[in-house]
Amino acid sequence: MVTLELEATDGSRLRYAAGQFNMLYAYPVGEVAISISANPAEDGPIAHTVRNVGTVSRALCGLQLGDTLGLRGPFGSGWGLDSAAGGDLVIVAGGIGLAPLRSVIAQVISQRERFGAVEVVIGTRTPEELAFREQVEMWRGRDDLSVHVTVDRATPGWHGTVGVVTTVLPRIRCDPGAIALVCGPEVMMRFTALALQERGLPASRIRVSMERNMQCAVAQCGHCQLGSVFVCADGPVLTWDRVEPLLAVRQL
Amino acid sequence: MNSLADELTAHRFFAGMADAHLEVLTGCARNVVIPGGTSIIREGAEANVFWALRAGRVALGVTAPGRGMLTIDTLHAGDVLGWAWLFPPYRWHFDADALDDVHAVAFDALCLRGKCSADPALGFDLAQRVAAILGDRLSSARMRILDLYGSPQPG
Amino acid sequence: MAGPPGATLSLAGDGLEAVINAVREKGYTVIAPTVRDGAIAYEPVTSVTQLPRGIGDEQAPARYRLRDRDDDALFGFAAAPSSWKRYLYPPATTLWRVRRDEQGSLAFEETAAPVPRYAFLGVRACELAAILVHDRVFAGSTHPDPTYAARRRELFIIAVHCGSPSGVCFCTSMNTGPRAREGFDLAITELLDAGAPRYVIEAGSPAGQELLDTLDAEPATKADLDAARAVTDVAAERMGRQMDTRDLPQMLQRNLEHPRWDDVAARCLSCGNCTMACPTCFCSDDVESQAPDGATSSRVREWASCFSRDFSYIHGGTVRQTVRSRYRQWMTHKLGTWWDQFDSSGCVGCGRCIAWCPVGIDITEEAAAIRSADGLRGGSA
Repeated sequence: MVTLELEATDGSRLRYAAGQFNMLYAYPVGEVAISISANPAEDGPIAHTVRNVGTVSRALCGLQLGDTLGLRGPFGSGWGLDSAAGGDLVIVAGGIGLAPLRSVIAQVISQRERFGAVEVVIGTRTPEELAFREQVEMWRGRDDLSVHVTVDRATPGWHGTVGVVTTVLPRIRCDPGAIALVCGPEVMMRFTALALQERGLPASRIRVSMERNMQCAVAQCGHCQLGSVFVCADGPVLTWDRVEPLLAVRQL
Repeated sequence: MNSLADELTAHRFFAGMADAHLEVLTGCARNVVIPGGTSIIREGAEANVFWALRAGRVALGVTAPGRGMLTIDTLHAGDVLGWAWLFPPYRWHFDADALDDVHAVAFDALCLRGKCSADPALGFDLAQRVAAILGDRLSSARMRILDLYGSPQPG
Repeated sequence: MAGPPGATLSLAGDGLEAVINAVREKGYTVIAPTVRDGAIAYEPVTSVTQLPRGIGDEQAPARYRLRDRDDDALFGFAAAPSSWKRYLYPPATTLWRVRRDEQGSLAFEETAAPVPRYAFLGVRACELAAILVHDRVFAGSTHPDPTYAARRRELFIIAVHCGSPSGVCFCTSMNTGPRAREGFDLAITELLDAGAPRYVIEAGSPAGQELLDTLDAEPATKADLDAARAVTDVAAERMGRQMDTRDLPQMLQRNLEHPRWDDVAARCLSCGNCTMACPTCFCSDDVESQAPDGATSSRVREWASCFSRDFSYIHGGTVRQTVRSRYRQWMTHKLGTWWDQFDSSGCVGCGRCIAWCPVGIDITEEAAAIRSADGLRGGSA
């Protein structure tokens, strides 16, 4: 897993919202959709965290400092943080799903007074595989965030929580008026949405970031369709009340 | 109701339990404080206590030679520690260590089993609650078997 | 119904040559039906003599044959195998080219090709409806497709009100034909009532009217207009297929687990022919094409099919692994979710998917089978 920090060769600045994604192009391999993991409220480089799982992402992971790549974007719906202002936030990340949520957490910290209580639940496979470890430690040190890290498998030296993310949810602050932002593998998001609903959160207040095959990123290539939803343009962030009936149909 | 019963009412495990049942259970219960670092239960030992955690964390695991305790679950306030006390042969399956100072309500399992036998309605209520915990732990374990955050095999 | 602007004129047989010439003089490349390899193909033409004179077709599930007609009709057939979409949305389009210099810097170049100015001659109502559907997909988007938008802007459409539906046609069901209602510059009706074909021609746009004004033609008589109207009235009664569109998107939506999907999956070869033949199917792959010089590479958009296994690939696997799920995706998109996405049907009733399916799967029959057992559940996951 590699985090690429990008600056435009012409010095221009990309404006984006947390939760949006870019199409990153690695010469001469191709493009892949990668969510933005930087703070949209800051002027710094645009971070993308890439996991080496395919030919394009492998090429991206192999880039060196100073190399050039192509970027189209930003695309997609974003987390809609503005509409969550004034209330509590419950942020649940699984694995590399932390990347697009890192964007949100960074923005929330820089605009902390706009939000109520903020719970951050992070699930990771092992302590070593925790993404953005230093930053997570920084978040844990803040008294205005409640950060819970839980690992699927403990390794020696780990003194934190062991257990799947959903087991954390019963003991966090979760007001029915909160907005939940969830990103991780689809199975993890299904179980998380269920656990959040058990805590009294309506499906319409649970937002998930979906993954589907994306090529054009502008609702024209057809690959990302989920029922009538174009995940690239209507999503990737969608409310659970819209997604749940679609995911209930296998292979839709 | 006595103060112990109040504490139980406030605990997630006992949520919604009939007052009469809570009264009976308090007869087997006492408040305990377990210092951090203490070994609470050992694999294979007789399961004669049951704890409702009120504060602090407990690591559940197995001990492997040369590797120390491998934690498989962490329990927190609102969780319960131990279910083997309800099912023969009443032996613990795992080790449990207090990670912090743990405040808990501890139940004498022999006493509890006696009350359950005497009052099947209470026994069924308690068994249902323990079964729900087992169900949660099972699905948590299954989710982890899926290794969702690992790199999926191309299929 | 409001009539199209301008006059309606009557042309004798060679009058069509004048239309072709007038359009060509305005700088258009005329694309029209012609016979190629035993089928009708829409190809560049320069003269009316290249049109299929006296040729008809027979279309049925998994069947397409040309036949001789006993007249000199130039438009005496139904939808051709390959639709007009290849001219507005080419099967392969280079999106951009990228050059890497010795320092490793990338320079992206637009690949703006000269925009061809096409005049389509002989666009049937169903096909015109398909173009209007693509307008919504490609040009009505928040990110209009530049290739499509540019070609579409330059396009001149001469529709033909259809008098020769085939055995797989159901445009009346889809409310798209056989008479073209909107979106054309000129529309003609072929009259075969008096030996040699005659044509009634009307304008549907200012550009069409301008062209019409240059033609040496007699104003159409009431009898001509009645005869023209009769052509499509008769055609409407001769549809080979019917689709019950009542509540169709909702009907499909509530039957996503219907056993009929298993039944059709057992027949479907997942070859994707239907998607290639369909005039509205728009899915594409973006593929990388590296030049042999090692310093340039291109991003190319190619037609793709939702029937291919990799179409729904996400890292780790394919979402739609079964043929059942892929056929269901195609059909429920075409007839159902298309409405949510583009506020129109994705099916125009041209019947190409029926004729060109190698095993003769008939979308109207599949929809009817599901409707006839509405609510039935079962089959595989």
